[in-house]
Amino acid sequence: MPDATVPIAAPLSPAPDALSGKTLARSPWAESWAIFRRNRAALLGLALLTAVALLLMFAPRFYAIDPFEIVGSPNTPPGTEAPLGTDFLGRDVLAGIVVGGRPTVMVGFCAALITTLIGITIGALSGYYGRMTDRLLGRVIEFFQVLPALLFAMVLITLFAPSFFTVTLAIGLVAWPSMARLTRAEFLRIRQLDYVRSARSIGASDARIILRTILPNALPPIIVSATLATGTAILFEAGLSFLGLTDPNIMSWGLMVGSGRTHLREAWWAVTFPGMCIFITVLGICLVGDGLNDAFNPKLRQR
Amino acid sequence: MPYLIILFRRITQAVGLLFAVAILNFSLIHMAPGDIVSTLVGEMGGASPETIAQLRKSFGLDLSFPEQLWIYLKHVAQGDLGTSVYYNQPVISLILDRVPATGLLVMTALVLSLTVGTTLGVLSARYPRSWLAAAVNVLSLFGFAAPVFWSGLMLLLLFASVIPIMPAGGFYDIVNGGTGWRKALDIAHHLVLPATSLALIFLALYSRLSRASMLEVMGSDYVRTARAKGLRESTVLFKHALRNALIPVVTVAGMQFSAMLAGAVLVEAVFTWPGLGQLAFESILRRDNQLLLGILMLSAVLVTVGNLLTDLLYRMIDPRIQIDA
Repeated sequence: MPDATVPIAAPLSPAPDALSGKTLARSPWAESWAIFRRNRAALLGLALLTAVALLLMFAPRFYAIDPFEIVGSPNTPPGTEAPLGTDFLGRDVLAGIVVGGRPTVMVGFCAALITTLIGITIGALSGYYGRMTDRLLGRVIEFFQVLPALLFAMVLITLFAPSFFTVTLAIGLVAWPSMARLTRAEFLRIRQLDYVRSARSIGASDARIILRTILPNALPPIIVSATLATGTAILFEAGLSFLGLTDPNIMSWGLMVGSGRTHLREAWWAVTFPGMCIFITVLGICLVGDGLNDAFNPKLRQR
Repeated sequence: MPYLIILFRRITQAVGLLFAVAILNFSLIHMAPGDIVSTLVGEMGGASPETIAQLRKSFGLDLSFPEQLWIYLKHVAQGDLGTSVYYNQPVISLILDRVPATGLLVMTALVLSLTVGTTLGVLSARYPRSWLAAAVNVLSLFGFAAPVFWSGLMLLLLFASVIPIMPAGGFYDIVNGGTGWRKALDIAHHLVLPATSLALIFLALYSRLSRASMLEVMGSDYVRTARAKGLRESTVLFKHALRNALIPVVTVAGMQFSAMLAGAVLVEAVFTWPGLGQLAFESILRRDNQLLLGILMLSAVLVTVGNLLTDLLYRMIDPRIQIDA
């Protein structure tokens, strides 16, 4: 699971209208959206994510079968006893898929939120104050980077009993350093720009400068990185449940792949379909993240 | 500042960092409910309070936490990682037994992903509108989005089940593995699928990175100069442009070392590869704390060394870079 790729930051500027020579009156956000809307790959990603979201929200109502219940004979292929076949115990694969995405996606989102919050806080303080603060926090970042992320999360979860809370916290705690480094770099760059100096010269407080002056301008790359961090966190959760370290009483896609893998030859469908769901979800997130990156960095698009 | 002094400072910092990691690991495991004695007593089917006290004393668990921590740190500083309770063997020898398998897997995947990844990246930067560039794009999306355990299982399904040309798992064939060269070949045969699935994730990352940085470098003056001198295109690409484009790739490769170990845990589980990842996983499940602490320590050391090497490589690739400590 590689870190979220760090996008190259470019300042947002309103593009001059080619015909009239006047500056477009659109906000940078609106302009980014206009670019995003024309990006077919990004729209595909958005469509995939919408499909996954609809599946997770509504499908359990229409396909209300207990994923742990044995509904037929073991290892029946798709289309015979169950739409997507049964696993080695005779449980309905589709029933598992329909509910199994919820814990994965929920953990992914919440862990990415934790990652982003810690990352922004540490990165902002480090980049804004510099000097001793930067050096101290730099050590903290380094410390968390040296920890072997997956192993550490595995240890945390097994030591303190697997639950939604521990799994989310474990993933959030190990994944934030790259976000902190990115935020720090942005703050270092923006800190010395004229509008920050002018804010300081009229006597704005540090908190105000950090939150109201710098942060909004540092947001675009942070948003891209947070999007990709969600994908990483989902892969993390899937890996942990694949290893059987998350709560065994909660069906999840990773758990399905993990429990079906010893019967791969007899029932490929019990492994292939849940894994594909993880793939499609993360793919959607990636495409949207890439699209956002392009939309926020119009310079990169001209290549 | 002279290079040696910087290096020395870096190393002392790294050692300090590693001690902090050791303290954190030890405290965490200490904080967790249950210890080795309760596990042992559970396996024995109960014991008298005197026996329990005796056992606790023999493991040094009757001491206060700071005392235990101090003893642990002293041992670590001397290179003594303790004894695994489950295997009843020194942790260090258990770990060293597993290092070759994991080292082989990770190194093969690293070399594979770096060479193939940068080559693909260079070519797709040179021919941005070709089918190759499109294929690299798709591949890199797949590499990032597919969970490594799943892509591993899919490879297994395809090449061990549908087209049975690859072994289904393990390190080598015990029955017909042979010795000497035949054994090496057999191991290589077993290595293909695990190394490919591990490399796939990083292949994606490196091809993307090297393409992006090649695109940047290709527009620079010295590449134009090299072309104007009439150098061959391959010389311009691989000698002039790539050398500079490699810097971000090397940086990221160094930082990804920990991610690679994480991937190895999952890949080893899929292919029953007898490496450190499997050992770590087992020790977590068995609460074999001493072994677990040792593995955590070792991976922290590996990541730190990886970071240090990245710093050194930096300077070899680009002497202009000033390393500030």
